[in-house]
Formats: sequence, structure tokens, C-alpha cells
Amino acid sequence: MQAAVVVFPGSNREQDVAKALGAVMGHAPHMVWHRDSEIPKVDLIVVPGGFSYGDYLRCGAIAAHSPAMREIMERAKAGIAVLGICNGFQILTEAGLLPGVLLRNACLTFVCRNVGLKVESSQSLFTNGYAAGQTLSIPVAHHDGNYFADDATLDRLEEKGQIAFRYCAGDGTLAEEANPNGSARSIAGVFNETKNVLGLMPHPENAVLPLQGSVDGQPLFRGMVEALS
Amino acid sequence: MKARVHITLKNGVLDPQGRAIAHALTGLGFAGVGDVRQGKFIELDLAETDRSKAKASVEAMCAKLLANTVIENYAIDLVD
Repeated sequence: MQAAVVVFPGSNREQDVAKALGAVMGHAPHMVWHRDSEIPKVDLIVVPGGFSYGDYLRCGAIAAHSPAMREIMERAKAGIAVLGICNGFQILTEAGLLPGVLLRNACLTFVCRNVGLKVESSQSLFTNGYAAGQTLSIPVAHHDGNYFADDATLDRLEEKGQIAFRYCAGDGTLAEEANPNGSARSIAGVFNETKNVLGLMPHPENAVLPLQGSVDGQPLFRGMVEALS
Repeated sequence: MKARVHITLKNGVLDPQGRAIAHALTGLGFAGVGDVRQGKFIELDLAETDRSKAKASVEAMCAKLLANTVIENYAIDLVD
């Protein structure tokens, strides 16, 4: 399996995700600079977290129109797996690859802590390492993670099984107190309709070593590598 | 020609920043402030001299980049 991680000016989790992925694949992913319009032939493209272009205009808005993103749009439409984490999720929504938008956190503060996460669907190449309903502890680190879409879109996402993860309490129940940013229907991650694109605000790449306090992110990387190898 | 673009959140989209501004104004003793909505103002210097072409061009800029039409509306004023 081959993977590529796209790097924008302001990306800051590209090494974290490259290491998490590399540890499972057995070799490092390609690192692709955002100005490159040619991405190597790979099975998975990761858009990492950070603050691309300083979050100017709107989070992810400028990065969404970079040469690398134009190529990623084409690949995604051809069925190649694309994973967007945190700022990567914001970029994928701005590019129109995923529905909805990430607004400023309802609490207005930057939230940086482990959150409870409920796996809504294990039926995807990204989440097949989990069981549906399983609860995880994964860190978030964002200022703009408040998922918003109109009610018709949210209903459609639920109906089509496009919700990947929801914020939850330790026992798996959904509660306002367990929603760190005010996201609509506690949504933390969504798939596109064909489920070859996943965007999520939490950072599974920062929950792969006991030293990081949780290894609940590991099955995501193992599951992806198994599905794509 | 200049184009002045006002970008505002659509009705029904929560605006936590606007709400914080409203709280701060009330805290400062400004009574009678109801809902506050925060938006963006962008001024563009355009080489185009034809008004209708300029308008069409800025419309396209808004749709593609300046506004996210999932959550935002935009209004364009052209100034000679």
C-alpha cells in the first residue's frame, strides 16, 4: 500500500500522521507539497491537521483551491481514499468533497483535550477496525470544529449512514456536555456518499502510542491499511 | 473601479461571535442591543471598467472563494 500526505504552509500534524501511518504500512508515506499538481500513484491521500494559510478568510478556504487539492478532487471522484483530519476536514468541506461546514466552536475557545467518540459506522475502509457503537478516547485540538449543515442535509447523512463518529460521554451516551464544540447532532466525522472520503475533527494520529495516553486511534490506521493493501 | 463585498451569515446559522459581542455590549452598559451578527467586509480594486462585467466577475469570486454559500450570503456594491 502507498499513501501520500499533503503539506500546506501552516500544516502542523503532517509528521504525526505520517508516523502513525508509516508504523502500520511498514514504510513512510510520500510527502506532497501543496504546489505540486502531480501526486504519486497512491491508494490513500491524507490531508493533515494544522492551520493552512493561517486560517485566512475561512479555515481551509484557501487550501481548498491549491493545485494539490484540484488533483485530490479528481482522485476522490475516481474512488481513491481521502482522509481529512481537523484542518484537513475543514479543507475537504470547503472543497465540496464533504457536506457541511465547520464553524467557530460554540464556546468560542480553543478546545484541546481528549474527548469521547462513538463509532457510528464500521462499514467503511476507514472504520472497519472498530465495531459500530464502540466508544473511543481521542484528542481534539481546534477552534473551529462546530459542524453545521441544514436539517435536510443532516437527515440525509443519517439516512445514508454517512456519519462516521459522534462526540459522546464515557458511557457512549450523547449529551450536550460531551459535545466539545456545539456540533450539530454531536457530529465529529462524516463520509462522502460513496464512503471513500472521511473527514473528522479529532486526531486519531495522536492516539496511537501508550505514551500519548490512548491507543484508540490505532484501529483506524490498521483498518485502512488492511482494506487498501 | 472598486467592489465592496459584504459577507453575512445566513439566517439560522448560529453566530457565537456575534452573541459574545452582544454580551460584551450589554456588559458595557449599552442597553437595547438585541441580536448581533458578525460578518466580513472585503474591498477589491478592479481593473475592469465595465460595470456589468465587473459585477459578474465579483459574483463568481464570491461563489468560488470569498463566501461559503452553505452558511453565508453576500452583497456586492460597485464604486467608481
